[in-house]
Amino acid sequence: MQDQPSAIELVDIVADFIRNHAMPQLQGHAAFHARVAANALDIVKRELQIAPKASADEHERLKKLLGRDGSIAELNRELCARIETGDISLETPGLEDHLWAITMTKLAIDQPNYSGFVRALEEQGLK
Amino acid sequence: MGAEANPLVAPLDAATRKYISGASGIANLKRLSGGASQEIWSFDAMTASAPIPLILRRAPGGFRDAGRSGTAISLETEARLIGLAGEVGVPVPPVRFVLVEEDGIGQGFVMDCVPGETLARKILRDAEFADARPKLARQCGEILARLHKVDKAKLPPLRVATGRTEVEQYFQTYKAYQYPHPVFELAFRWLRDNAPPDSTELTLVHGDFRNGNLMIGPDGVRAVLDWEISHVGDPMADLSWICINPWRFGNIDNPVGGFGSREDLFAGYEAAGGGKVDPARVKFWEVLGTLKWGVMCMGMAAAFLQGDRSVERATIGRRSSETEVDLMRLLAPRNGKQ
Repeated sequence: MQDQPSAIELVDIVADFIRNHAMPQLQGHAAFHARVAANALDIVKRELQIAPKASADEHERLKKLLGRDGSIAELNRELCARIETGDISLETPGLEDHLWAITMTKLAIDQPNYSGFVRALEEQGLK
Repeated sequence: MGAEANPLVAPLDAATRKYISGASGIANLKRLSGGASQEIWSFDAMTASAPIPLILRRAPGGFRDAGRSGTAISLETEARLIGLAGEVGVPVPPVRFVLVEEDGIGQGFVMDCVPGETLARKILRDAEFADARPKLARQCGEILARLHKVDKAKLPPLRVATGRTEVEQYFQTYKAYQYPHPVFELAFRWLRDNAPPDSTELTLVHGDFRNGNLMIGPDGVRAVLDWEISHVGDPMADLSWICINPWRFGNIDNPVGGFGSREDLFAGYEAAGGGKVDPARVKFWEVLGTLKWGVMCMGMAAAFLQGDRSVERATIGRRSSETEVDLMRLLAPRNGKQ
């Protein structure tokens, strides 16, 4: 256990500093890159919040889909190989749910305002 | 940069006087954008009457292939295609002259500057374009119908890309990045299973027909720009590319470039003699177009990891997930809507 403030809180305040204190004093390219940098820290913050549980869930589903144990990276590579050959497809119970789950997790972390994600949330009754 | 003389001025001045009758020289030379694949400059040809606003499109530093991808055509070929498209009624900026070696400017060509806007956010939101917006999708269909009718016998040598060859090309690119994307695998599998037959009739394809490459005025589409990745391929590819979600700029319910409906696009296409639209092939190319963008984002991540350490590149790498949600909505829709 680490001391306070948490990693999430640290990242949050640095993003806030860049956006609200540093960026207004910058111009042109530097200002643009400062905004991109603050956005990158927002991704880090959301990943710290969301990924631990989402990755554990992903790992469990992968073990079930593939019927074996292994690291999350190994199992993802195997899943890719078996989708490529057609051995696992949308007909395979669990694949569609799994792909939707990993996709929605990535978007919630990377680009929560992306139009396709917002629409998918609506279509799935999540918003 | 200040008052330092631009080494382009003297040779461009000479070339303009040589090729444009009545031109006495040039003025107002300005660099407009700096892509890796080309330079774009604006300038005026001075004449006894009004100045003629012109655009120079030139290879970076004057030399071809310095940053052009393997699929890009030469600037001379690009100028030739613009001419052929103009002959069949595609709105294009008329090409004034193509540079030759003796001009000392490198490879490139000079065309008329067509006034208008290319920025999607302005076209989709500004009041100036309010009357144009409802007409754009149909106009795009009409323009593509003409573009696809350019006589193939007149075409310069171009890359031929079928659905199948494009899928394999992007699959190899994806594989080279060596990072697992199960959704991309599903899309590649689907594309292999649903590729248009090799007997599909091929035509001239613009290859990058979308917001950003269309010069638009309050009256509608004024010019189709950037013919750099034109090739011979499935005409349905052009009808799909402008519909992929990233080009809608948030206007998700207006699939054509964020401004119009597929119905209008297809009606314009068929009415202008473009042949019957094949919805299955359109979907194939929409899936492939979406996937291409995703693979390009992976390329940004790869470039970053290989040492091109900019914050911008790094974060674009994280945008491949946008295409994954678009692909899932196309291939495994959750409520029947797409």
